[in-house]
Amino acid sequence: MAQEVVNTGTSGEQSLPGQESGGFYEERLDPIIRYGRRNPSLLVGLGMLFGLLLFVVIGTLAYPNMGDGVSGGAPVRDKSHPPSWCTWCDKWAEYEEKYDERPSFWRYPMGTDTQSRDLFAVNLQGVPLTLGTGLIAGLLSVGVGTTMAFFAAYYRGLPDGVVRLLTDVGISIPGLLVLIIIRIQLGEELNWWQIGVALAFVGWVFTARTVRSQVLVLRESPYVEIARQSGAGGLTIIFREMMPNLIPYITASFVASVAGSILATIGLEALGLGDFDANSLGMTIYWVIQFGAITLGMWWWWLFPLVAIVIIFVSLFMISAGLDEWSNPRLRKQV
Amino acid sequence: MASQSDIGAMASENELNEDGSASSFGANPVWVFLSAFFGNFVVRRVLLFLLTVWVAATLIFILPRLTGQDPVKEKLLLEAQRGGSIQSGMNEMAQIYSERLGLNQPILVQYRNYMYDLLRLDFGVSISYFPRTVNDIIADSIIWSIGLMGTVITMAFLLGTMAGALLGWSRAPGWLSYAFMPFLTFSAIPQYMLGLVLMFIFAVGFNWLPLFGAYEPGTLPNLSLDYILQVVRHAILPGLAILLSAVGFWAIGMRGMMINTQGEDFMIQADAKGLKGTRIFFRYALRNALLPQVTGLAISFGTLLTGAVLVEVLFLYPGLGNTLFQAIRVSDFFQITGIVMTIVISLSFMTMLIDLIYPLIDPRVSYSSS
Repeated sequence: MAQEVVNTGTSGEQSLPGQESGGFYEERLDPIIRYGRRNPSLLVGLGMLFGLLLFVVIGTLAYPNMGDGVSGGAPVRDKSHPPSWCTWCDKWAEYEEKYDERPSFWRYPMGTDTQSRDLFAVNLQGVPLTLGTGLIAGLLSVGVGTTMAFFAAYYRGLPDGVVRLLTDVGISIPGLLVLIIIRIQLGEELNWWQIGVALAFVGWVFTARTVRSQVLVLRESPYVEIARQSGAGGLTIIFREMMPNLIPYITASFVASVAGSILATIGLEALGLGDFDANSLGMTIYWVIQFGAITLGMWWWWLFPLVAIVIIFVSLFMISAGLDEWSNPRLRKQV
Repeated sequence: MASQSDIGAMASENELNEDGSASSFGANPVWVFLSAFFGNFVVRRVLLFLLTVWVAATLIFILPRLTGQDPVKEKLLLEAQRGGSIQSGMNEMAQIYSERLGLNQPILVQYRNYMYDLLRLDFGVSISYFPRTVNDIIADSIIWSIGLMGTVITMAFLLGTMAGALLGWSRAPGWLSYAFMPFLTFSAIPQYMLGLVLMFIFAVGFNWLPLFGAYEPGTLPNLSLDYILQVVRHAILPGLAILLSAVGFWAIGMRGMMINTQGEDFMIQADAKGLKGTRIFFRYALRNALLPQVTGLAISFGTLLTGAVLVEVLFLYPGLGNTLFQAIRVSDFFQITGIVMTIVISLSFMTMLIDLIYPLIDPRVSYSSS
């Protein structure tokens, strides 16, 4: 986020004197920044998500005990260790007998849990796992939902009736409960992408419903009628004429379904139905609840995954608010 | 203005006007009756409710048979191996289950029996609390859920709607939107995450409120003032976790409606008449913007309820969610099925009810088959 602010400043300086030449800043960056000023929530949301990803990528590449940290490779004496930079955390007294000197500043940036797993490594693994599940579920449910919506709304008749019934029924049945039943019936743990597929199985109805209603509106619009009378085929009308106008809605429903899927994944994992070998954010929350980290006073165990989850949800929320502004000009700020 | 009979009349009128087929079949009174009957919104909505429950129930019936696993048998075997406390009832239990499941019978007979039990809302006997029926367990825990959720949803609806109305009101003071920022953030965060933080601050950090449960362990439910105060104190943290995130949800919807309403002509007219600001706000803007919030109420029940499941688990609140969690932990299949079906039925019923009464409170909406 800070990065964005700095960029705004430099580009402003550079674009003012260099008006004669169409430099990189003017052609590429300036329109983005000008749009970002009008629609700050989209930019801030994307920036937060990008920042989190950047942190994870750099951390994964640079952090030395990535591999053995997650498998409890840290020495047993280091279990329940507070973050090593936290000099005021009084746990140090307990370790004093076992150590000659205080561990270095970067030894455990996020502390360790009661199984002496390095929580920094655990969280670095958890963010992409959780985001990946949301991404798979979002892509699949938007893909299936949009296809179904076009199929239903364009051809009407029986296909429309079937899709409408499916979405009406699907929306009334809480997805989390269906997932619980599926998961228990399968009897085995689902890994991150399998959970994503299962989430898409219950999540596509929301996209289908939104997009269908939009296609129904567009279908009656004069320009589509003209295209139809000019002899354009069904697929041409769908992809060349309707799709560009639907992109904002599809993007918004993609973001919503990613957020909803991540919410459901973490919920499922917190209920103990996740992949016990994975270190996703939801599983960390499950262990936090199971081991009573809150009553143990081990704030570092839950605070950092919580911050990651909050960043993910708040950034998705801001992105969807920004997309709303993009697709619905009535909400646009009057400048 | 628009009563239920009006809706029905409108529906049948439309059927005749727009559909050429209706008039050509007009000679046949049976067809006229059927088309009017199924064209009626109320009938269609009730059918959708029944269909939803049926689909959910069938899914639950089919899934175990598709995977070819028998969770009940597995569970019984596991318990037998462990030689746990339920060893004593093993024989009876096995008998009851094999009778109930009728596993030697053809699948259609099994399905018929299953549906018949569902019709009578009989979810069978719990495995983990053996002689008790699932209905009994659900009845015990659902009271806590309804008490907590009912209070919290009502409070969140009132607070959030009022806050949203003020946020969307152009004459409201400017600091209001900044003051409300945290609630918008809370609405984006999962409820159990808020619960985690609240628990840490108020139960562990300051030790002001109890950490878990719905009443002090060891006390028996009674109607003394002391006990009621205990229940209230225990409900504050889980309730607050749900409330904080729900207020933002209501406020966002209400704010949008309020902005739309202010562009309406009757608002300009009210202003031109020189009415007082408070009167315009409450009588003109708020009343008109309020209606779509009721639809939101229907949608939110689902998300709130599943979110509340996890909050209950976190705070070990003895509601339906926590009972579901306990059943999942011991893979008590009958109890899971019973609780899931209870939630599905009550949710679909609530949404149906709200859909049906909506035309009565908002005369602008009528469910004609257009």
